[in-house]
Amino acid sequence: MASTYTNPEYPYRRSPDQDATQPVHHQVIIVGGGPAGLAAAMDLALHGIDSVVLDDNNTVSVGSRAICIAKRTLEICDRYGCAQPMIDKGVIWKHGRVYFGEEQIYEFDLLPEQHHKIPAFINLQQYYFEEYMVDRCMEMPQIDLRWLHKVAEVASTANRAEIVVDTQDGPYRLSCDYLLVADGANSPIRDSLGLESKGQIFEDRFLIADIVMQADFPAERRFWFDAPFHPNQSTLLHKQADNVWRIDFQLGWDADPEEEKKIDNIRPRVEAMLGEDQQWELEWASVYTFRCRKMDSYIHQRVIFMGDAAHQVSPFGARGANGALQGVENLCWKLAAVLDGRAPASLLDTYDTERQHGARENILHSTRATDFMTPKNAVTRLFRDTALDLARDYPFARSLVNSGRLSTPCTYDDTPLSTPDRAEFSERMRPGSTCLDAPIAGPEGRQEWLLERLGNRFTLLLFGEVAADARQQLEAALASLDREGHHTRALWVLPQGQHAGRDNEVVDTEGVLAQRYDLRQGGVYLIRPDQHVCARWRTLDPDAVAQAVHRALGKTLAEEQAA
Amino acid sequence: MSTLITDSNFTDADAFYAALADVHRDRSDAESAAINARLILLLANQVGNQQILEQALAIAGQVHIKE
Repeated sequence: MASTYTNPEYPYRRSPDQDATQPVHHQVIIVGGGPAGLAAAMDLALHGIDSVVLDDNNTVSVGSRAICIAKRTLEICDRYGCAQPMIDKGVIWKHGRVYFGEEQIYEFDLLPEQHHKIPAFINLQQYYFEEYMVDRCMEMPQIDLRWLHKVAEVASTANRAEIVVDTQDGPYRLSCDYLLVADGANSPIRDSLGLESKGQIFEDRFLIADIVMQADFPAERRFWFDAPFHPNQSTLLHKQADNVWRIDFQLGWDADPEEEKKIDNIRPRVEAMLGEDQQWELEWASVYTFRCRKMDSYIHQRVIFMGDAAHQVSPFGARGANGALQGVENLCWKLAAVLDGRAPASLLDTYDTERQHGARENILHSTRATDFMTPKNAVTRLFRDTALDLARDYPFARSLVNSGRLSTPCTYDDTPLSTPDRAEFSERMRPGSTCLDAPIAGPEGRQEWLLERLGNRFTLLLFGEVAADARQQLEAALASLDREGHHTRALWVLPQGQHAGRDNEVVDTEGVLAQRYDLRQGGVYLIRPDQHVCARWRTLDPDAVAQAVHRALGKTLAEEQAA
Repeated sequence: MSTLITDSNFTDADAFYAALADVHRDRSDAESAAINARLILLLANQVGNQQILEQALAIAGQVHIKE
């Protein structure tokens, strides 16, 4: 097999905790050093919360596995400080072709919207994604990353979790305020606590053949329904970094996974597809089946589940790791606020409600893609083939063709943390939405991006001029929030053509911010620490701002529940 | 003259397709055929305009079944 990547080996290190006579207590322990666990450690570190990360292995992902990293994931990673190496290494693509039988039925350009710092998505092998996260974690003094420390036992009470960790030096005990569990789809901890992830198993098998080749075709996504070289099944070709190409062959439920993984069986499939003259070498092969399932609740006393352990989707639409990171950023600011005593513990319940909604949406999209690709009966096969046939000439049918939709972050429409709109606004940035980026300029015309300025704290975006007395009242309201520990930053956005004078002033240089946020003179947005909108007004009312901050911290909800 | 819309006009194409698959779930061939016929008549009435219906019929009639 070819090898473009050598897995790093992170050494086992003995922790002083292993020599302690009593179990050492930590605020947060994270189980699993995959995308969700590493992201949680970084997110908490940026909130000033220390964590211990325990991983039973000593390296990053073996095999390329998840390869599509969506924009929101990269924006989150940019906040953590590890997006740039991903973007530099990843393959940016925007062109796709869809084939049905012998023919290309259409091609598309994603034509991503201009004026965003981060591309719509990149293709990058999971091992690089994780390696760059590990590199960043190692720079953060708040993170204590322990490789080859395997959690063997977990017990939770109402106010702490206790664990036993196995190592080559023998077992040791730890306790923590919160145990964040990201130990994968088959979560041993979930099982050991008698908890379940429930859902649907899809009776189908797929072969991934990642091959290395110098190909003269561009970095585009090609998808075949019923290809002549692979009849009655779907095939996907996608480019990754290092000239590695992902080929994903649908095999059907009757395929024998062990047989199909053999190079002697893979070779004829790839040759039929690429021709016998194309030079290539196999880098990694895997036969997978998948399920769409989730836990009824991600929170079990002081044990909180994240990532695939909490919710699992089919790979079509890239919603596994991408969905995991949206969940992590949802959880971590809340956990930091609760640990700092700034919010009631019930705020954490909204991680469950908001991300149950996210998981349902992700499962819905990935199930629909799966159902389109693999019709369950004769009539849905007829509809699918008819949609594909019509798609050649009639654009409407292309909107029905579903080989996986791009992963986009969900909007928390019904969350109790949002303050409902009182005024008329466009739908796009309604409360619960993820903030969209926009180019801005800081003092001295410095080019910046809105999301960089939002960071991970409550931010109040104020657009244009505000009357002097309202400004004074606002400063008093923000000072009062500050005294309560709810630091909320004001960011004054000046219209095009003006100049930022102070550090908390920026200019909407392209007019894009006002347009995306439907902002007019005097308009105000309150942004949560996870960069979701939680309230907006046409005019500034400092009391309403303070109330909205309290609501977003779960205080209003806690009072209502107590009443 | 009225023209058949051939660009996408769905408010939510994926949701429609999923609902279409659902209505056919666990149905016999005869039931599915009847469901399709009923659906066509309902939608044809919704469209109403004869010129548009005839354009749709003309496209629908261009089938090439491989024997």
